[in-house]
Amino acid sequence: MATLTKQQIGTVLAKQGILIAFAVFMVAFTLANSKFISVDNLFSVVRSSAILGVMALGVTFVVISGNLDLSVGSMMSFSTIVVLDLHDQIGPALAIPAMFAMTLSLGAFIGFLVGYLRLNSLIVTLGMLSAIHGLTLTYSGGQNMDIADKEGTWFSVFGQGSALGIPVPILIFVALAALLGVVLAKTPFGRKVYAVGGNGTAATFSGIRRARTVFACYIISAFCVATAGLIQASRSLGSQNTVGQGLELEVLAAVILGGASLLGGSGTIFKTVIGVLILGFIQNGLLLIGLQFYVQFVVTWVIIILAVWLDIAAKRGKLLSSIA
Amino acid sequence: MKPGTLSKALKSGAIWGFIVLELIFFSIAGEYLSLSDKAFMDWENMLLLLKQSAPIGIIAMGMTIVMINGNIDLSVGATYAIAAIVLLESMTWPIFAGLGDMVIPVAWLLALLVGTCLGALNGLIVWKTGVDAFIVTLGSMLGFRGIVFMFNGENPTSHLNWTLVDFAEAEFLSLATASWFLLAVTLVIWFVMAKTVHGRNAYAIGDNREAAVNAGIRVGPHMMVNFAIIGFLAALSAVVFYSESGSVNPNDGQLYELWVITAVVLGGTKITGGAGSVIGTFGGVIAIQLLRKGLGHIGADTSTVNLVIGLILIVVLILDRQLNVKGKEELKV
Repeated sequence: MATLTKQQIGTVLAKQGILIAFAVFMVAFTLANSKFISVDNLFSVVRSSAILGVMALGVTFVVISGNLDLSVGSMMSFSTIVVLDLHDQIGPALAIPAMFAMTLSLGAFIGFLVGYLRLNSLIVTLGMLSAIHGLTLTYSGGQNMDIADKEGTWFSVFGQGSALGIPVPILIFVALAALLGVVLAKTPFGRKVYAVGGNGTAATFSGIRRARTVFACYIISAFCVATAGLIQASRSLGSQNTVGQGLELEVLAAVILGGASLLGGSGTIFKTVIGVLILGFIQNGLLLIGLQFYVQFVVTWVIIILAVWLDIAAKRGKLLSSIA
Repeated sequence: MKPGTLSKALKSGAIWGFIVLELIFFSIAGEYLSLSDKAFMDWENMLLLLKQSAPIGIIAMGMTIVMINGNIDLSVGATYAIAAIVLLESMTWPIFAGLGDMVIPVAWLLALLVGTCLGALNGLIVWKTGVDAFIVTLGSMLGFRGIVFMFNGENPTSHLNWTLVDFAEAEFLSLATASWFLLAVTLVIWFVMAKTVHGRNAYAIGDNREAAVNAGIRVGPHMMVNFAIIGFLAALSAVVFYSESGSVNPNDGQLYELWVITAVVLGGTKITGGAGSVIGTFGGVIAIQLLRKGLGHIGADTSTVNLVIGLILIVVLILDRQLNVKGKEELKV
């Protein structure tokens, strides 16, 4: 192996930049406050990131296929409200599959519009953000939704329970990440997702059914959203109509931070998980060293732009863009 | 008639046709469903509608330029909140205490300056780093909101200056101050886009950035100017609105970016850039406000408004696809 040139080092740095940044963060925060690295704290960060994380897994598929999903926040509110309402009406055992069916049909609708009708995903999901919010408000009549008997239901297990000392939300997040990671990296379907996002025309000519692949990505996204809604509902056993508002952009931030390109064709589940954890640990670390929660917004801003910038800079081989 | 002329005419006129349909529908439906005795197409009501369109409308004019340019700005809601806080806070600063009512223009200028700088900062980052505007402004949407909170804590900022309130509530030729600002901004931006080199360059860059670079347009500075314009307009929108209301919450302006983009897209601007018109955007703004007001008039609540606007956006997109000349797309499939 020849000696590494300066540029190669730069490329390596930029490619693994997100992992290096993550490591630097962890060390810095640990030095600032030794509680940061304790098991309790690590668990609490991952647990509070689980909802965002589960949604980010699905959005990763959508983004790799070259599309966007801005409706996941509203959709999460919808599934939370629906499952809480149905819980008291038909019992939890029926409420959960019913909620999944309803959320998946919303995902199928978006998938149909973007996949088969080839509409612009940004505008479609922007419209659905508003429409699903309206749907949720209509469904709930604008009221907060609460479970009548909060003590006597096993429904709380998804958000509050734990198995083998590990909180259930973390188990769900890890299991889903492992499953979807394998689907994306090791199956023909996963390769189709990359192909469609990388070059849709070429993918079509090589016999990949673009529409069907995009459709499937939105179904996966909706499934993840429904799971996130289930965790949210089960954790709080009561909810406002706007519980997921604004999450769509945080989710997207996590996915981008993980290095997925909005142009499609790149990104992995593992990197998205790292992106989610970075957001979670920044939030937690800043709170631990005594800063207000809103400082994380500013820090996230800087990190997102730096991460994407370095990624692009490594690809084009120089720091500044060549736009005149 | 050249091929495509009909579909083009249909498209550019569509938003006005839609507005007429809305007016007819709500007038008739209002007769049967409305709780109030007043007709929907009451003159007073229409003037109020124009005034209520102003906050979204003023920002939408900036978004039109940015989107024709092939970019997008998600940070306008946060810029709006920052400008509002600067406006209200700065009037109470001790250094300006001796100014009396002259503090008003100073506070206005300060707020507008801050908005312009924040917009220019977005533009500079897009220019120099080459990162997509969607990501840059998604980041600054979070960042600017963080700055609002750092500036302000989690409490509302309130300051009422009665001279300012009188100005904001004044009416000239039966149009409110806010309406005048909306009309003036529309006119100026229309002029810029239709009659100046800057406007033509904006279309050229949005249509084909490579070609624009080859034609010698300085794309980077051009985009930065456009981001500064939308920052300025977001601040102007805040300045006009908060002069009257006098109190701002740190969460104000949230989701404004979505309303603004909806209005601009309804008005026929392409999200991929290169096509769109200021007059169309004005129509889009009016159409949305009409819908909100009309649905309220016949007794529907906000949930229905959200549902209807979302679905209309999607229907418009489907219609737009059907009306487009399909040649280019067919090749791809």
